[in-house]
Amino acid sequence: MSVIEQPAATRHPLKARLGRLAELVATPLVPSDFSDLIDPLRSSTDLRGRIVEIRSETADAATIVIKPGRGWRAHTPGQYLRIGVDIDGVRRWRAYSLTSPLDRADGLITITVKAIPDGLVSNFLVRRARPGLVVQLDQPTGDFTLPATAPAKVLFITGGSGITPVMGMLRNAIDSLDDVVLLHSAPTPDDVIFDAELRELAATGALTLIVRHTDTEGMLEAADLEAIVPDLAERETWACGPVGMLDLLEQHWAITELKPLHTERFRPALAAIGEGGTVTFGTTDLTVDADGATPLLDVGEDAGVLMPSGCRMGICFGCVTPLVEGSVRDLRTGEITSAAEGDGVLVQTCISAAAGACTLAR
Amino acid sequence: MTAIQRKAVDPTAHLSAEDIEALGRELDEIRESVMATRGEADAAYIRKVIDTQRKLELASRAVLLFSLFPPAWFVGTAGLSISKILENMEIGHNVMHGQWDWMRDPKIHSTTWEWDNASPSEMWKHSHNQVHHAYTNVLGKDNDLGYGIMRVDEDQKWSKFYLGQPLWNFINACLFEYGIAAYDLEIGKYLKGRKDKAVFQAEVKRVLAKIKKQAMRDYLVHPLLSGPSALSTLGANATANLVRNWWTHSVIMCGHFPSNIETFTRASTVGETRGQWYLRQMLGAGNISGSKFLHLMTGNLSFQIEHHLYPDLPSNRYAEVAPKVREVFEKYGLNYVTGSLPRQLGSAWKKVFRLALPNDLKDLATRSKPARTRPVATDRVRVAA
Repeated sequence: MSVIEQPAATRHPLKARLGRLAELVATPLVPSDFSDLIDPLRSSTDLRGRIVEIRSETADAATIVIKPGRGWRAHTPGQYLRIGVDIDGVRRWRAYSLTSPLDRADGLITITVKAIPDGLVSNFLVRRARPGLVVQLDQPTGDFTLPATAPAKVLFITGGSGITPVMGMLRNAIDSLDDVVLLHSAPTPDDVIFDAELRELAATGALTLIVRHTDTEGMLEAADLEAIVPDLAERETWACGPVGMLDLLEQHWAITELKPLHTERFRPALAAIGEGGTVTFGTTDLTVDADGATPLLDVGEDAGVLMPSGCRMGICFGCVTPLVEGSVRDLRTGEITSAAEGDGVLVQTCISAAAGACTLAR
Repeated sequence: MTAIQRKAVDPTAHLSAEDIEALGRELDEIRESVMATRGEADAAYIRKVIDTQRKLELASRAVLLFSLFPPAWFVGTAGLSISKILENMEIGHNVMHGQWDWMRDPKIHSTTWEWDNASPSEMWKHSHNQVHHAYTNVLGKDNDLGYGIMRVDEDQKWSKFYLGQPLWNFINACLFEYGIAAYDLEIGKYLKGRKDKAVFQAEVKRVLAKIKKQAMRDYLVHPLLSGPSALSTLGANATANLVRNWWTHSVIMCGHFPSNIETFTRASTVGETRGQWYLRQMLGAGNISGSKFLHLMTGNLSFQIEHHLYPDLPSNRYAEVAPKVREVFEKYGLNYVTGSLPRQLGSAWKKVFRLALPNDLKDLATRSKPARTRPVATDRVRVAA
């Protein structure tokens, strides 16, 4: 959830007075709770968007066209946004790269999503979401971007959906890039997202496109790089793709004298699930080992952390604390709750135990 | 009622320790079967109720801008009363119980919700969720038993103060939201020197700040916006608050005060197992039977028994678990207290009148020592006010 800041000083005095009147009338709610009834995209406190179109890209990838709500700040190509959708009644947040050009006349933005096996949000967006759906948004963020003055020679290395942030850059900056090589890997020709558009760019000479179909040609090896891109040493590189590919590239760059390598990693949201694990308490940054049977509330208190608490039996919700990341298990039902940074998942510490490493906000 | 532990015939005497744990497991299974199926339909339900309530409030307040016109006054007041009841009961009470926390929507979450009631949600959550729900009907622990101003159990010590309790109860019903705030402030505890002064003063400040905001809205800003209808709008808002207060007070009286609902001694809860806790909740609450609309307007607290067993179960699912819970009552030979609203409310009021007098009327005549069937050192009962 993103808060839209509006400095009071810039507001017109009459508008500010009306705003205060609206607050008086709306209490204990806020005026936007009522204006949301009419148009959730006009909210001055919460950034939202509405899905306008869902365009199929490949069998398992789609571009989601979104009309962003009031307060959306233009992104820098290559950045991603966090999107929150309600799936089976539960809000889930994930990050996806922006793929839209900045100068769209209609002001719409796009993300391109590949449905991964068991991926709750990606499958929902690609297969179940429909135009008209209101989604929660966060302001764009990320430093996987091109510098203001682009280097003379650029290499993009992408794998699978790793093409998405690069597509965002190409659509916006291709005219200012003199010499671009794009080395893209995908299992088969049908899996290449933006295939037609990339080929068109290559046909006009805007970039050199090298597509590797890993089902038949095998995974990219670092040793092959010099052969595929002979002037590798002269190119600044941006890479995005599976963890294995990025690890391999980083290792290669570490032992070879080359121009900088920039990488973008989208780690899978699920943390390792197990019995017990290390628990980090955010307010103190204290990390302790916990077993799988002790409530996190007891773990924290035993470690001297000032924990909010209540009935200690799971009924009063007085101990609810944000789970920043990791997994916990409900000691009553065995149910696992997992969170990645920014998900805003709250857990009852009195009936939850560590199920793998986890971090609590308090 | 007399605390179950001091009754001549304990209605749980036929249950062995194993029976009580087995009963607990059965209730756990019912809980899990419903929790596992929470989903989109439930989320849609609460969003719909919130959406409807807010639109109803907006529309009612808009109509009341013309409240000089009698039909507008009537329609607007009725709409605002219903809106306030929905906001307090089906929405506020249940959201603050964490019934909708699983949706992970920060706008509908126990940690962020603030309700249209004098008591700030943080304070209410403490006295209600932590004290009342954990220590339900435990004499000397659960202040909901008479709110500290009434005697609603034979085992609560009588004093002359209680002679006026029908009147205290009526006044409390009229001013219920302020009564709840005073109760959550633990004024009685403070006066007896058992509450930190700085904490108390900070809480008083917060309550007054909230009351000020609400009073400004209902009794100043909104009437002024009505222009020539200012006075009649003020009257309409006061009426809506009064209707809401009476209604919520009545529903809540039906939850624990009618006859056949049991109370418990403080000693009996020491080392309580999950099964024993369930058993106490089963016997310490009573339902109201009625239509779907009645259930909605009571915030599904007409399923008080189910609510006490599963305080965090989404309220729209209580109706579904009620027959399963009732089967457990029958299987273990326990009394499931339920009745129509007039019957349960009448029963609760009857108790308020009857217990205004000491258990043994001779005590009233002698006016000497308060009535006490037998001394119970551990069960001190607080009397506020």
